[in-house]
Formats: sequence, structure tokens, C-alpha cells
Amino acid sequence: MRHTISALLVNQPGVLARVTALFSGRGFNIESLSVAEAQDPSTSRITIVTRGNDKVIEQVTKQLNKLVDVIKVVDLFNTDYVDREMILIKVKAEANSRAEILRIVDIFRGKIIDVTPKSYTVEITGDEEKIRAIITLLQPMGINEVVRTGKVAITRGSKGIE
Amino acid sequence: MKKTGGQILVESLLLEGVDTIFGFPGGAVIDIYDALLDCPLRHILVRHEQAAVHAADGYARSSGRTGVCLVTSGPGATNTVTGIATAYMDSVPLVVFTGQVPTGLIGNDAFQEADIVGITRPCTKHSYLVIDVKDLAKTVKEAFYLASTGRPGPVLVDLPKDVIADSTEFHYPENLQIKSYNPTYRGHRGQIQRAVKLILNADRPLIYAGGGVISSSASDELTRFARALSIPVTMTLMGLGCFPGIDELSLGMLGMHGTYRANMAVTNCDLLIAVGARFDDRVTGKIDEFAPHAKIIHVDIDPTSISKNIQVHIPIVGDAKDVLKKMNKLIQEEKRDWGDLRKEWLGQIIQWKSTYPLAYKQKDIIKPQYVVEKIYEITKGDAIICTEVGQNQMWTAQYYHFNKPRTLLTSGGLGTMGYGFPAAIGAQIAFPEKTVIDIAGDGSIQMNIQELATVAQHNLPVKIAILNNRYLGMVRQWQGLFYNKRYSHTPLEISPDFVKLAEAYGAVGLRVTKPEEVVPTIEKALSIPKAVIMEFLVEQEEDVYPMVPAGAPLSEMLLV
Repeated sequence: MRHTISALLVNQPGVLARVTALFSGRGFNIESLSVAEAQDPSTSRITIVTRGNDKVIEQVTKQLNKLVDVIKVVDLFNTDYVDREMILIKVKAEANSRAEILRIVDIFRGKIIDVTPKSYTVEITGDEEKIRAIITLLQPMGINEVVRTGKVAITRGSKGIE
Repeated sequence: MKKTGGQILVESLLLEGVDTIFGFPGGAVIDIYDALLDCPLRHILVRHEQAAVHAADGYARSSGRTGVCLVTSGPGATNTVTGIATAYMDSVPLVVFTGQVPTGLIGNDAFQEADIVGITRPCTKHSYLVIDVKDLAKTVKEAFYLASTGRPGPVLVDLPKDVIADSTEFHYPENLQIKSYNPTYRGHRGQIQRAVKLILNADRPLIYAGGGVISSSASDELTRFARALSIPVTMTLMGLGCFPGIDELSLGMLGMHGTYRANMAVTNCDLLIAVGARFDDRVTGKIDEFAPHAKIIHVDIDPTSISKNIQVHIPIVGDAKDVLKKMNKLIQEEKRDWGDLRKEWLGQIIQWKSTYPLAYKQKDIIKPQYVVEKIYEITKGDAIICTEVGQNQMWTAQYYHFNKPRTLLTSGGLGTMGYGFPAAIGAQIAFPEKTVIDIAGDGSIQMNIQELATVAQHNLPVKIAILNNRYLGMVRQWQGLFYNKRYSHTPLEISPDFVKLAEAYGAVGLRVTKPEEVVPTIEKALSIPKAVIMEFLVEQEEDVYPMVPAGAPLSEMLLV
């Protein structure tokens, strides 16, 4: 099963290394990882997407909690949450496809953030399905490069985990 | 008044109540060594940094206090890795100070630079790189706090040379708060009540006690609990001594080289009460067939240990001492005659014991088991015993009856050959008046034999009993059993003359070749107030039995 885990860490050098070393050292996998300063700048927030059976996920959260610099760990699996990812796509834009690309980007409420005579760079934010869909639609035009942020996630409702 | 980093470190150690540190100097830590000259801290100069960590570990395990070592950067630091990993696997509180190149050179592949924080990340409880002298005192405070609380473990503090040379006002914090670190000491009341209910209703309960009972100083509570309800106790290698080995409720060690009765009891019990143990593969054998008829209660301070290898019915996160105290309170009112109620179960265990007791036959050639048994009889169990790793370790676990906690120092988790002798040095320093004996093999002892010089320099009367079978015995045993006797590189064709070697280092060497010399030699060695090597030329191809082959269920023991 795929789980999205959100964790609050002490914001200091080496903390991310501890987290990733834990995953590699214990054979847990990371599908995506995003990290940045949290609301309180002395902390940082990571969102990890990982895969494993219940036993593995239980170990992942417990082992993360055991790290001295980890303040809080929440497995979002059984909570109501939203997640988003941002993707930047460099797509070939020839004379005959430019208009079509613009239409697709518009439908997906994306943005063109860089233009050259032969390409567009597209910015799209959305959940997994949306990201997959736009990649599928742009594929025939010829994609030169894709960069993704990895997922960030937050629980629904007014309360935060911090 | 401002103080240098070196002075701050030394004074912080004194404020932490440290009396002894184990170390080896080098360029990056010269300033600290300079400060050491002017302070009352005792420094034990070892001959290899690995031994500094094992010695600090032996000091910690025998005394319950936090062990401290100090080494230089680069190779000094990397040499500590095995010692740190050993302590990590066995949850031993240590603080390891390593020198580091000046902050401006970090990352430049400078002379004697190693990223020791990175290298030891997976085998430390936590680690620090101090980059400002103003953080030093607080870091030392945190390091000692983390090492000794919760599930104990080694903490590494990396000290760049310029930070140590720099000066600041010294202020040692009285309190500290680490908001992300709150170990759970108190067991959940509801869970404890549920557990006790299950225990009182069990027909064939069994306590499976591990090193956590010793770490939390819960031996008295465990003993009281087991005796009050007449519940038999089996122990892991790390748990030996937490319950008196000669008590009639003691089944000895379980697992790969556990006793027949202990492994049969696990296989047949209807309730397993695990306290401070972690269901290691050497204990469980084939995990699916471990305790197949039992409900399992698991008490551990580390939540990651629970449900890691085996599904448990009642998990209790908490300190063994706290949980057992609460359990003892709950059973106070119990007035049933447990001895009578357990008659059948305990009778079954006695029958297993008499069917396949631990046994060997002493004939013309010295049996290693005989040596261990005689060491037990002569010391009356009142000694600190260290072991190396392999057959020597298993025979010690089987034939020396540990009746008190902190009397067996052995590398259980990592299985580090070369651990025992330096650990004995640490224990002897913690307990100068006690008899400290390292039971070794001819292979293991050579992994830290250089420490004979440390022993000589500090006049430590450590005793070493080498069970010399001229093999790397445990691997040879596996080759014999599972590799068609193809003894690939396990015969130790050349070893030093251990008697002469002892003498070369100013110790006493005694060689024993006949069974009748065993007792007088041990007695003689114990009467000599300096270091002694006893070399016993033992039966070369003696195997350790019982043995559960790796991956087999506990009930499938090889018995001869």
C-alpha cells in the first residue's frame, strides 16, 4: 500500500540525511520526498510517499519517531487529506502544435512560464491523476524534460498537525 | 572568565560525574589532551581506538554509568566505528568524543579528515558536530542525557580543532529540554491490567527476559514477579544474570544455542511474557513457528522493537522496572497456591531438563565446557565475566551460571570478536576489587591483544582464559555441520606462544594441557594480583550443542 507520511523535524543541518539514511538503511522505499521550512522556521516539514505493508509502514513511522530530531510523524493514510504536486514540463512546440498545447494547458489551468521558438515550458499543479493526464496529453507533441516537486500534503479541516 | 573549548569539555565531563575516560591522542585533539593534564579525570590510554570504545562499553555495562571515550579525527574516529556499532546493538550508554579538522577545512579532504558523523549515523542514537564553542557545554549535556535515557545508546560528538581552541564564557546548563525527545517510561495502566489478567489465567506462562531488564535495573522486580506466580524464566544472551541462573525457575538461555528445556518451553507455552527483549533471529529461529501456541505480551521501552519481528497481543511501551513494579502491585492480592497450580507445567520442564541436560564428557583432552564450569565453581559466580564471540561465548552462556545482573559482558547483537578483553579492562577499572575474567578463543583474543600493554600500564589484574582449539571454532562448527567439513580458512595454523606473549607484555602466562591442571591453574591465576593469560589447549573439534540450525524452528534442535 502507498502511504503519505508527513513529519515535522528540527530544522538543522544533517536532519534530512538522518531521515533518508533511515530509509535506505532499513530497506524502506521512498517514492517521493519534499522538504522545506515549516511555519515555525526552527522546524521543517517533510512529506514522504512510501510503499509497504502495514508492518513496514508501522516500522517506518516508529523509526522516524525514534530519531531525536523528529518532532512529529503523521501517517495520512487514514485521515482526510489533500495532496498536490507541481510539475514543470519542457514540451516541443512546433508551428502546428503550439495552439493545441496552449489549449491543453488552459484546460488544466496551467501556465506557460518560458517560451522559445521551438518549445514551451509548462507549469502544472495538481494531484496525481491530473499530473498523469497532462503528461499523457503532451506526450505526442514531444516532451524534452520533466521536473516534479514530489507530493506535499495537508489534512483537511481547520486543525494542523503542528 | 573565558575558557577554551578543551577546558570547557573537561569541566563539563566532571560536572556530569565522569571519573574515567578511555582514549588515544592525536593532532586534532591535542588541545583537549592539554586540558586533561590539569584536571582530576582519569584517562586510560589504550593501544587502539576500537579498544577505547569497548573499554568504555565494559565500564558502562558493568557499572550502569555512561562510558566516555576520546579519540582524534580521521583514522582515530573511524577506528571507533566497530565499538560504537557494538554498543548501539546492545543499547549501551556511551558518549564518544572525536576530534575533527578545523571547521574551515571540513569537506576539503584535509589530512586526517573523515566524516565520522556521516559514517556513524546508522549506528549511533544521535550525533553532533559542534561548530561554535558557545554550543559545546549544552551539547555535552544533551549527549549524556540522550545516551543514558530511554533506550540507552552511543552518542557521538565531533569536535573541530578550531572550536576546541576557541574560548568563551563557561556556563553548564542545569536543565535541558529536547522537545522532540520524550521516551515513554511509564507503562500504560490499562495495558498492564490486561496483561496481568492474561498472566493470571494462563496455564503455561513463560517469561522471556532480555537485556532491557538489566538496562533498567529491573532484576529485583522481575525476580519477585516470577517467584510470586511461579513462572519459569528464560533469558536471552543479553539478559543472562537478570534472573538468578541457579534458581529452579531459571531455564537458562533460549535460542540457537539455548537449552533444550528453554526452547521446548517456548514452543509449548500458552503465554509468553517478553520483557526488554527484541525477538532477535538468533532467539526466535524460524519466526513463524516461534511460540506457536502462545499469546504474547511485550514490554519494551523502544516502540520500534514492538511488532517488528513478531505480532504481539499486548504491547506495553515503557521502562521494564516501572511496568514490573505495577504488575507486582496488581498481583499482591493474589493468594492462590501457584506452586501447586503450576505443578504440571513445571514438572514438564523438569522432565525436559532431565531428558536433555547440557552435558559433555571430560576425558583425556580438556573440554572447553569443563574450563568454563570450573571458572564458575572457583569464582562461585562472583566475578565479572567477559567473552569474545563464537564458541567461547556460547559455552560461557551455557556453563557459567549468572546470578546477578551486569556480571556478563558480551557482544550479543553485533557479535564483535575482540570485544571481551578491552571490555574487561573497562570493567576492572569500574570495579578494581572484583575478579574480572575474559573467556576467549584463540581467534578472538588476537583481535585486540595489543591491549595487554594497557593492562600493564595501569596495573590491571584482568584474567584471560583462552580456550585454544586452534580453530575459528564457531565457523568451523558450521563448516562441519553444513559444509561437508570443508574447513575453509578456519584452522589457525599459526598463533603466537601466548605464554611468551603474556610475558613480553609483563603479564603472567600459564599453559594448561591436562584436565587435572585446570582447577589448580585457575586457582593460581586468581591469586596473582596482576594480569594473567591462561591458555587451555582444549579439544579441537568440540561443538556447541544444542544447536538450532539457522532458519529452523526452535523445536528442531541438534542435540549431539
